[in-house]
This record gives sequence, structure tokens and C-alpha cells, in this order.
Amino acid sequence: MPQWTEKCLGERRAGDAATARSLPGSRILAVVVLACCPFLTAASQQPAAIPAIAPPASAAPPDDGQWTMPAKNYASTRYSELSEINESNVKNLQVAFTFSTGVNKGQEAAPLVIANTMYIVTPFPNFVYALDLSKPGAPIKWKYEPNPEPAAQGVACCDVVNRGAAFSDGRIFFNTLDGHTIALDANTGKPIWNTHIGNINMGETITMAPLVVKGKVLVGNSGGEMGVRGWVKALDAGDGHVVWTAFGTGPDKDVLIGPDFKPHYDVDKGKDLGVTTWPPEAWKIGGGNMWGWISYDPDLDLIFHGTGNPGPWNPDLRPGDNKWTAGIFARDPDTGAAKWFYQWTPHDLHDYDGINEQILLDMNWQGKPRKVLVRPERNGYLYVLDRATGEVLSATPYGPVNSSKGVDLKSGRLIENPDKKTGTGKVVRNICPTASGAKDWQPSAFSPKTGLIYIPHNNLCMDEEGVEVNYIAGTPYVGMNVRMIPGPGGNRGAFTAWDIATAKPAWSLKENFPVWSGAVATAGNVVFYGTMEGWFKAVNAETGDLLWQFKTSSGIIGQPITYRGPDGHQYVAILSGVGGWAGAIVSGDLDPRDATAALGFVNVMKDLKNVTTPGGTLYVFRLP
Amino acid sequence: MCSGCPDAFGLSLRRRKAFQRLMAWVAALALLLAAAAAEARELRVCADPNNMPFSNTAGQGFENKIASIVAAELGASLTYTWWAQRRGFVRNTLKAGLCDLVLGTPANVEMLRTTTPYYRSSYVFVTRQDGPDISSFNDPRLRDIRIGVQLIGDDGANSPPVQALGRRGIVGRLVGYPVYGDYSAPNPPARIVEAVAGGEIDLAVVWGPLAGYFAAKQKVPLRIRPVAPRIDGPLLPMVYDISMGVRREDDRLRGEVDAALSKHKTEIDAVLAQYGVPRLDAAGSPVR
Repeated sequence: MPQWTEKCLGERRAGDAATARSLPGSRILAVVVLACCPFLTAASQQPAAIPAIAPPASAAPPDDGQWTMPAKNYASTRYSELSEINESNVKNLQVAFTFSTGVNKGQEAAPLVIANTMYIVTPFPNFVYALDLSKPGAPIKWKYEPNPEPAAQGVACCDVVNRGAAFSDGRIFFNTLDGHTIALDANTGKPIWNTHIGNINMGETITMAPLVVKGKVLVGNSGGEMGVRGWVKALDAGDGHVVWTAFGTGPDKDVLIGPDFKPHYDVDKGKDLGVTTWPPEAWKIGGGNMWGWISYDPDLDLIFHGTGNPGPWNPDLRPGDNKWTAGIFARDPDTGAAKWFYQWTPHDLHDYDGINEQILLDMNWQGKPRKVLVRPERNGYLYVLDRATGEVLSATPYGPVNSSKGVDLKSGRLIENPDKKTGTGKVVRNICPTASGAKDWQPSAFSPKTGLIYIPHNNLCMDEEGVEVNYIAGTPYVGMNVRMIPGPGGNRGAFTAWDIATAKPAWSLKENFPVWSGAVATAGNVVFYGTMEGWFKAVNAETGDLLWQFKTSSGIIGQPITYRGPDGHQYVAILSGVGGWAGAIVSGDLDPRDATAALGFVNVMKDLKNVTTPGGTLYVFRLP
Repeated sequence: MCSGCPDAFGLSLRRRKAFQRLMAWVAALALLLAAAAAEARELRVCADPNNMPFSNTAGQGFENKIASIVAAELGASLTYTWWAQRRGFVRNTLKAGLCDLVLGTPANVEMLRTTTPYYRSSYVFVTRQDGPDISSFNDPRLRDIRIGVQLIGDDGANSPPVQALGRRGIVGRLVGYPVYGDYSAPNPPARIVEAVAGGEIDLAVVWGPLAGYFAAKQKVPLRIRPVAPRIDGPLLPMVYDISMGVRREDDRLRGEVDAALSKHKTEIDAVLAQYGVPRLDAAGSPVR
């Protein structure tokens, strides 16, 4: 651990006292009352008083000014106790330094800051840079080039992104697109171990950021649409050997379901449901991948991770709930043993991958303290789950939803809307949300000061109009002719502050393009996020008022962070560089005339090419 | 050459004269060669390096052979950009300007300008000769046997036979084979045909050219029948015309390739027959 010579700048422990929030300002936009998208809301429970909501201290320790994992802490709050930059002075932010990553693809990674060094992972070819923050202009300390196989680019589904590294015990851990997990000496950049766990020849790639828990590096695979069977692996942080592997489909022994498995709902109880909820054999190439976020509760000693959508079978060919896809597991980090499971979307029809972030919070629920897990899910609902048991406490739409009619809180089951069931040759219009979900991978932040979750998300619906012919690996096929369209209101994105206590948005900002970046909240009452046009924005955490914005060189889809520099002052950093699934029209140079490219995303992003170009630049800001 | 320079070679005067004459010849020859190079054409083809029977780096696929025929007609040398034919294939090869011609592609596919088709094939049922002789999706026996299907899995996309079986609720005994196969092995798509020969499945529904080529290589005799109906329900064609494709604005090359394909139709038909491609166009060989 670094020795911080500078005194703390007046931060206090979050959640010490319940902060009575000022009532939200006049900027409220009701985003969920939409005439065109009728849905039933699961009855939201009104607590008696405004509860204190805060992450468990064990999963969100006092802020040391560093940023050692993309989600900031195991609770995944993406909240910093630094407050030198606050709502009154943030307007004075200026560029401290910039750095070109040398890769003009989608930059989705969170920079890390440990002691006086910043670490960045680029998209393919997955360079890792260490920048020396103690010297003017933060020169390169070292650069590591893993040289992944170029063929991996043809296997990755949607741009060749990487979501960042993780730091633990003097080492930087990161994944490469072609399926390697690598440990580097944080000081020298020399590789300590390199374990090959994903096989591009079978369609596997890795895009996620690893998480280090109790000396284990947790990694999952991407590639469900290629017929890859999903897994999460724990690698020994010391030497990289695989300690356990938990599959997302198949028999209990493969899924690591044993005597400790106690799901809350009866539908998840029974032997080998990962086999029996599929037609024979279909689970073997059934998807359920894990390319998103993992959280950890040290008190319960549980990790929480989602599972991707079922693939590559179309829904008619896989009658059944298709476990354990599109759900969430709680597992023992030492053995991988499953403790509970809940399925967001049984028998998924719309590619609702269940891999979003889960924020761990402790709160009063109907007068009782509950340990919860809050998750803005791809299928459009903001879920509050009891993280000890997997019980759904509430599920409320946070954007337009009509593909389902709500969540039955008794059975926990999503209620499908048969009117929006798609099928080849069938024309189904205005399905909300799209395959990219009400929110995709882009991670939210939570502030214990306001009790609000800050959700960067999409406002998109889709039309599925018959079929289009295409050709892969020498085989003609028909695809859905999917066209995404802007959701109600015509804005394609939104940045919403969601009040967990009242199950309502406190405020919501419309954005022209999907908000594909992460968010970070601070004790200075400022929330940062980026837009696909390239604006890096600071807004008031309580009201959503825009306080400051800076136009970077390319669209932003990265994860902002904030840290205390060697000089004791607070800095804010973001990688700018458009791409990802939403930005593939620019970074992948897709043809805007091809409306169905990138699974219909191009149709709704045609004008992105007119406002931004590819890039790959780190921006770091500070007060004068 | 620099005739006024100090004589660096230490040559006698006569020898120097001869040397200068030689140099003049060399210069003239270089000019001639440059002119020839300006006229030499290169036909830059985008293709999959490991996708038999269509193409591979050794040039053994029928598309390799047909590409050679087209290149010869154009008076061009043939060069390849190798890239697995998956999502992003066209974007990373043709549209990136690395190559100018995609060999096998359905006619009128959205993202390309396509030539007149050079063959028409169909999805086929592959069975062992001693197995059930099935030629229609409506055959009731399909409900009682193990059926292999090719899975694309490109989010909401699948091969038409998969949809046809799904529509009929014939889902109980399906075995899926991702079209990509194991790309580290030779012939990644061959698995599904080998599974019929090996008795793992009773029937496979496979795209014709793959079936024809790999069926001929099995140790047990296999039967190939084009599927019926040829168009299933709304919008599910089982039969496709196959063309070559260029960039949408590349009319000139499209015209030249078109002319070459039509001029050498007989040779191309012979290549397709040699590889056992089941044909449904008039010129095609009858399906075995």
C-alpha cells in the first residue's frame, strides 16, 4: 500500500448518518409512464421513512484515493469519497494531461490508479500502459504488448473491447481478446504468469475485467452467440492455475450445484435443471456466458455474477427455461459452489444477456434491515434482491418496457407479453427494450450521500420485419431484419438518477445517443459520465443540473474514475474513443446504408458518423 | 549512372565504354519491365483460409479453382486476403480495401454488389443409405429420429431448416453443430456429416455444397436429397443462388467478373460437379 503523505481532504465515511435528501428539483422527467408501451409495474413497497442506504463497510472500505478495480470496490458503487472537486468548483475543471492509447477502437476500460501509477488496457491488441503520475505529463513507465492472435477480431461479436484490469498484491491482472488471463508485475510490467483459458477456435473470447477475491482471479468468457458454453473460472492469483470452473449450463456437477445450493424459488430447485430445462443436448452449446460484472460480499462470503442469454438456438428450438442462462448466481469464492440462483429472463426471446452490474447495499426494507443487491437489468427492470437468499423484493421498469408485463413477486417470474414474441417471418413492431437492453454493460454508480443510483442507459425499441439473407462460413441463413428505433420521446439515451427508496426516478437527463459510458459519483455531490458525441459531463448529484462539460476527441464509452494524485489533489480520468456495439458504425466503419448491420444498431445510429470519429485518448482533469 | 564521376571501379577506358553500354541496356530493360508491371493485373480475392469445400490456403476449394478461372480470363495474377468468413468478414476485408472480390455469397445480399449467379444449390437431407429416405420436412418420421442441424447463432439468425423444424415443433431430438466448428481442426464444418456416417445422428440437414463434398469422403454410403418444400412458410427459402460480390460502387469489376463467369460456364460447371455440389439450376448435375 502506498504511503499517503498528504492529509485527507475532508472526506468522511459514507453512510455514517442517514442524509436526508433534498427533494429532487424541477428537472424530473417521467421516463416510465409511456402511453405507447403499456406495462404493469410490480407493486413497489413504500418504506415508512427514508431509509439509510449504504454499501456494507466490508465491501466498500474507507476511500484511500486509489482506484484498484473498475467498480471501485467489491460493492461496485463506483463512488469516491473525494470531495475536493464539488458542485461549486467543478466548473473550473481543466485538462491536467492527455495520452493517446494508439488504438482507435471502442475504449470501454476503466483506468486504475495505484500509488503514483495509472494503468490502462486498450481494446485489441490489448496493450497495457503504466503512466507515472509523479512526473509532469505522466510519462510512460512501461508498456506491455500481449500480441493476441489477430483472428480473435473475427470471433468477437461486437467490437474488440476490453473493460479494464484489476490490481491486487503488487500485480495487474487483465484479459486478452484471444482468451488469456495475464498477471503483470505492477512495477516493471513483466509478466508473472499467463494462462490460456479461452479458445477462439471454438468461438470464445474474453472482454471482461477480472475481479480478484481472496487470492483468486475471477474471469468469464464471451461468445454465446457462437455456440460457446458459458463459464466462470477462478485462477490462483499466485501462479495462474485454474482453481475452479463453473459452467452456465449443464449438469449440476458442471454448474457447481451441490448440497449448499438453496435457491429462493421452487422453480430453481431440482436435479440437473441445466440439462432438463433444455431439449436433449441443447445445453452443450447453450450460452449462459459471463462477460460482465462480478461483486463480492466479504460478510456473507459470496460472489455474485450474472449469466448471458441462451445461444445459439432460436427460441422455438429450446422449449423450457434454459437454465442457468439470463440469471444471477451467488457462489462461494473459494470453491465456486452455488448458493442461490435467480433467473431474470426464463426462456429468453430477445437476447437479454443477464451480465449487468450488481450494487451491494444495506437498507431498511419494510421496516427491517435487509442486505440487498440492486441491479438495473437488461430486460428493463430495476431489481432489488435479497442478496443472502435471492428473493426478489421489487422489480420496477426504469425505461420503456413492453416485451414483458412485469415481475410476479410471488413466484419471482417475469410475465412475458405474447404480443411481442418474435418469430421468423413475423412482423413485430415496437418491441421495448431492444436486444441491447434498457441498459447493456455500461455500469451505474451509487452515492450513499443521496441514496440514488446513477444509471447510464438506452432509450431504444426495435422493429423486427421479416427476414434478410446472409452468409457465414459458407452457409446461407436468414436473419431477423432488426431495426432499432429511438424510444418514446425520440432521445436514444438517458442518464437517470433512480431513487431506490421510492422506486422512482429522482431525475433523468435525455441524451441524443445511447449513454454507453459508465458513471462515477463523488462525495463532492458531482456525478460524471460521457456521451457518444464525446462530451464528458459533470452533473449535480441531487438535481441533475449540468455543472461542466468538456468535448473530448471522440465519442465516450469508457468508465470514468477519480483519484487523489501524488500532489494530494483530486483528479478525474476518462478514456475517450467511440466503438462498442452501439458505436460500431464508427469504429468498425459499418455502412450506414445497411440498416441491419450490428444487429439493427446501425439503423438507429446512422448520424453518429456525422458527429464523431474513432479515437483512443485518455483525458485527466483537475482543478486549477 | 554517373559518367562524370571519378571512376570508382578502376576500369580501363574500353571496359568503361562497354560498361556504360551495358548500363544503358539495363536502364532500357528496367523501363520495359516497369511498363509490363503497369499492365499486369492483380485479382485480389477475399476468402476463408479454412473452409473446405469452398476455400483454403492451399487453394484446394472449388471457389479457389473458379477464382483461378476468372483471374486467367482477366489476365490477372491471383492474390488472397485470408479471413474467417464470420461476422465482420466483409467489413474487415473487402470494405477495408484489402481485396476486391468475395467468392461465394448469396445473390443480392444487402452489403455487396453481386454478379449473376453461377450456381444454385439447396439445403439437403443427409442420411445413411440404410437409413430412412426422407425428403420433406412434413415426413412424420422426423419426429422419431435424431436430427443434426447447422446452427448459426448470430443472434436471432439461423439456418432455414432449423426454423422449418422449429415451426413444426420437431425439437425433441435435435443436435446442434455450430457452422464455425472447431476452427483449429481441418474442415471445421464437416462434423455434422461425419456424425451421420458414424451413427451419432440419423439425419442431418446441411447446406448442399458442404453435404456433397463431405458425404463423398465418408466410409459408409450416404444419401443426399434436396429438402422440400423449397420455400417453407413465409419467407424461408431453402434454395439459394450463389454469386460473387464486389464493393457496391465497383461496377467495373462486377462487369468483368460477370463476363468471365458466363464465358467459362462449362469449366465452372465441371468444377462444381467434381466437388459434388448438388445443383438445382438447369445446368446442374442431377443430385445423387
